[in-house]
Amino acid sequence: MNDNGIKGLLLDEPLIFERSSVGRMGVAPAEFDIPEADPKGLLPAGLLRDRIDGFPEVSEMDAVRHYTRLSQWNFGVDSGFYPLGSCTMKYNPKVNEALCRLPGLSMIHPYEPEELVQGALELMYELEEYLAEISGMDAVTLQPSAGAHGELCGLLMMAAYFKDKGKARTKIIIPDTAHGTNPASSHLAGFKVVPVKSEGKGALSVDAIKAVMDEDTAGLMVTNPNTIGLFEKNIKEIAKVVHSKGGFLYCDGANLNALMGLVNLGSIGVDVIQFNLHKTFSTPHGGGGPGSGPVGVKKALEPFLPAPRVKKSRGKYSLEYDRPKSIGRLKAFYGNFSIMVRAYAYIRRMGGEGLKRASETAILNANYIKERLKDTYHLAYNEPCMHESVFSDKNLLGHGVTTLDVAKRLIDYGFHPPTVYFPLVVHGAIMIEPTETETKETMDRFVEAMKAIAEEARTNPELLKNAPTKTKVRRVDETRAAREPVLRWVKK
Amino acid sequence: MEFPKDLKYTKEHEWVKVEGNIATVGITDYAQDSLGDVVYVELPQEGGTVTKNEPFGVVESVKAVSDLYSPISGSVHEVNDAIIDSPEAINEDPYGDAWMIRVEIGNTNDLSDLMSSDEYQKFIEEEK
Amino acid sequence: MPYIPHTEKDRECLLKAVGAEKIDDLIAVPENARLKGELKLPKGLTEQELTKALKKKAARNSTVEDYASFLGAGAYNHYIPAVVDSVISRSEFYTSYTPYQPEISQGTLQAIFEYQTIVCQLTGMDVANASLYDGASAVAEAALMARRITGRDKVLLSAALHPEYRETVRSYLHGAGNHVSEVMYCTEAGTTLPEALDAALDKDTACLVIQYPNFFGSVEDLKALADAAHAKGALIVAVTNEAVSFGLLASPGSLGADIAVGDNQSFGNTLSYGGPYLGFMATKTEFIRQMPGRIVGETVDRDGKRAFCLTFSTREQHIRRERATSNICTNHGLCALAASVHMVSLGEVGLRRLALLNLSKAEYLKKALANVSGVEVAFSSPTFNEFTIKISKAPEEVLKGLLKKKVMGGLALKRFYPEMNTKEEMDSFVDALSKISG
Repeated sequence: MNDNGIKGLLLDEPLIFERSSVGRMGVAPAEFDIPEADPKGLLPAGLLRDRIDGFPEVSEMDAVRHYTRLSQWNFGVDSGFYPLGSCTMKYNPKVNEALCRLPGLSMIHPYEPEELVQGALELMYELEEYLAEISGMDAVTLQPSAGAHGELCGLLMMAAYFKDKGKARTKIIIPDTAHGTNPASSHLAGFKVVPVKSEGKGALSVDAIKAVMDEDTAGLMVTNPNTIGLFEKNIKEIAKVVHSKGGFLYCDGANLNALMGLVNLGSIGVDVIQFNLHKTFSTPHGGGGPGSGPVGVKKALEPFLPAPRVKKSRGKYSLEYDRPKSIGRLKAFYGNFSIMVRAYAYIRRMGGEGLKRASETAILNANYIKERLKDTYHLAYNEPCMHESVFSDKNLLGHGVTTLDVAKRLIDYGFHPPTVYFPLVVHGAIMIEPTETETKETMDRFVEAMKAIAEEARTNPELLKNAPTKTKVRRVDETRAAREPVLRWVKK
Repeated sequence: MEFPKDLKYTKEHEWVKVEGNIATVGITDYAQDSLGDVVYVELPQEGGTVTKNEPFGVVESVKAVSDLYSPISGSVHEVNDAIIDSPEAINEDPYGDAWMIRVEIGNTNDLSDLMSSDEYQKFIEEEK
Repeated sequence: MPYIPHTEKDRECLLKAVGAEKIDDLIAVPENARLKGELKLPKGLTEQELTKALKKKAARNSTVEDYASFLGAGAYNHYIPAVVDSVISRSEFYTSYTPYQPEISQGTLQAIFEYQTIVCQLTGMDVANASLYDGASAVAEAALMARRITGRDKVLLSAALHPEYRETVRSYLHGAGNHVSEVMYCTEAGTTLPEALDAALDKDTACLVIQYPNFFGSVEDLKALADAAHAKGALIVAVTNEAVSFGLLASPGSLGADIAVGDNQSFGNTLSYGGPYLGFMATKTEFIRQMPGRIVGETVDRDGKRAFCLTFSTREQHIRRERATSNICTNHGLCALAASVHMVSLGEVGLRRLALLNLSKAEYLKKALANVSGVEVAFSSPTFNEFTIKISKAPEEVLKGLLKKKVMGGLALKRFYPEMNTKEEMDSFVDALSKISG
């Protein structure tokens, strides 16, 4: 345990505004090669702006130092093990970063004539095909910007389908283990959420769905593998129930990393799925985005996909805008293209065989951690898991120690904590997703740290309560942040 | 944890104090403890009406949000504006300073299904 | 296999530890759900092969540098200083996720706090969120927010709002029963028609959405429009998708905007064929609980030191579920960082100069084009850095002709856009157009 969580030199750094000096400039804009216009002569006085009070003004080097120091207070996948359950913090390949910056991919304008962007359209067309193949869907849109955006897209298509058939449906079934985005997206799409409880071993039962599925219900939205890390083993029968009432099965693809090359979601009854390119397909999480959330659908929903669609005809690619049944669009232009480039590069690099190996290895690694920790931490469901497993703080509560304390202590050991307090159905949940890109040695070190922390909880709980101690700041006062909000800097 | 004997309780963890035709409503010690540090509270307007078992407001901590359910129907006689500015009172003095609304009781039958202090304590033991 | 570190020995060792003989024993998927056969995808590539393949694709695109590009309309080609990519390429920034653990995310948190401040400074508003997807979805979120605040249904869009933004609002509001209508623009001035407004605004109107500067490049009289909306108890949503204009034009907040939204792509974010861009949203303090998206706040740590953390989380989907202010979760954090770095390195003087440069170039080109026979400036209103012209010939044909001369002249809806264009490029554009059009 001697190679993690050692102290380094962290430099303090004020807010950029506090470094500012009036009139200083970093990088000057281009020189004027045309006459300078007089704004006062061109625009009414009331529409011209005064000084921008307190706007940061620093030298180029000070700007660089500022952000470099800030970056050093962060922990990323490149810093160390980041087993954030449900977020699939796998390695972000560097070649993808280089490729999406090629001028031919980064310096193209969305309104260029189609004949000048054939490479971009071809890339999108092929990526759609790959995602369709991986999921077993018939058609894919790349437009949505993130997972939740994709959910909204899928749900709006379902709503549009029933409206088109002449009978709008008002409800959607969502299990209690779902991500919060599912009910939020459903509400936004105009559906009333019908919650359904997962049973005993964290799985959905056919009967539970039968009891609520009716002809006023647009369908079931299910995460598979679910948020407990288990494959919904009744999924095929559940799909039949949903279909028998004319509904659709929406699969939240947040956990697709467990299924590539192993399960054909289309053939088991899934009708709609969103892909989180920033999870399964290795694109970086960016400190909170940008991600990308393409959506795949079966034939019946294809007419409702957002416009435009990429079409191929006699070797030429074009954008099809005329789609009378389309739900319209969810953003300007065609989607987060530079994220698509990264995901495309990832899929091409891996190939079908590599993707399957990725999912298999993600499952192997998760099971390894589960097996090695299950005697130390309480395992919420003792079942073979998929790509992640869920523990809880049940064994530790007697020592006055909670999940939060374990998470904070892990930081001192040099690890990013797992997802905590989610899913809500497990009290004090600790959700661990190692991903396929971690070595056995890294996982072993993590397991040892977790065990050492459990021991500390018994012998010296104060160590946990005080953690973390090696970070830039110690535990922060979130109550104060909410009670006395300071949401921006203001010039004194 | 305290549960004063002179109050009535609901399954949604509100308490009620009846004085004449006025019922004072707040949340219990157990409720504030489960929520953690309260940072925000939303209450109805004075003169508005509340309905039994329907939400009349919201209370939020940093990581949780909970509806406030009215134990009775009636018109809102008085609102404790002080706790809007200092929601920490809900943690500090849930039965005193942090009362939330005073309601003019529309129908005294509404009070019949409320729990006594002992019944409420038994109820939360079972709920745990 | 790329990116998978296990040796054969590791795999055996791991399998043994979990008590499985082979990987299939571990996969807890019922037989009837397993994929039969293999995925039909191209064979995996080496890094070198991949690079070659992608370069080939890139080569089939023409960049805005291969041509003299006068395209704008919600996606702007500004020069991005090298510091921007240098900073956002630091992997402590781009390989981290949402700052749920503030103790090891202070970098992201402080950067967002600074970005929120800059957005407030530019828009003249009190508070801003960490980011939204793009300008179009930000307008949709603003419309929904205005409905929550006012308790009214109707959303009024200026017809001079970007058409793709209008379409996005309509899609987003399907679930809420729509209630979206449009107000015509004045065909002479190119700005929202005040007379049409009087008829459209009523007691059911939640908000009036005005683009500033608008889709045609014209600068709207935001103050007058705000007064009209407020008189009917409606909110005004100001939309700015050419954020460089903030360096020159009065802030939406100072002109009465209740919610300022738009796209900050102009700062630090490459064109990248339309995304990712950078939706922003700012509003008044009183509306903060109705604002969607993440918000960072300042606080202290246990030792009393300044620290930052996510706050007002109870508005969000992971806590409030179907009653959340929005479903947004992942947003565009790294794009916000890029925008911050660009703006910080410009400073106020640089930003003002950049805005003036854009105005000046647009004016130069506008005057020159107006002199070309068969070409006329479409609207009388003042513009910032893009404008609309009318051409006597079919615009599609004219644009095709321009392409042959290595000029991307604009869209068939005729928007033109300067700064990256040198005087020389503009002159040859004018020359080419006069040959084709004349």
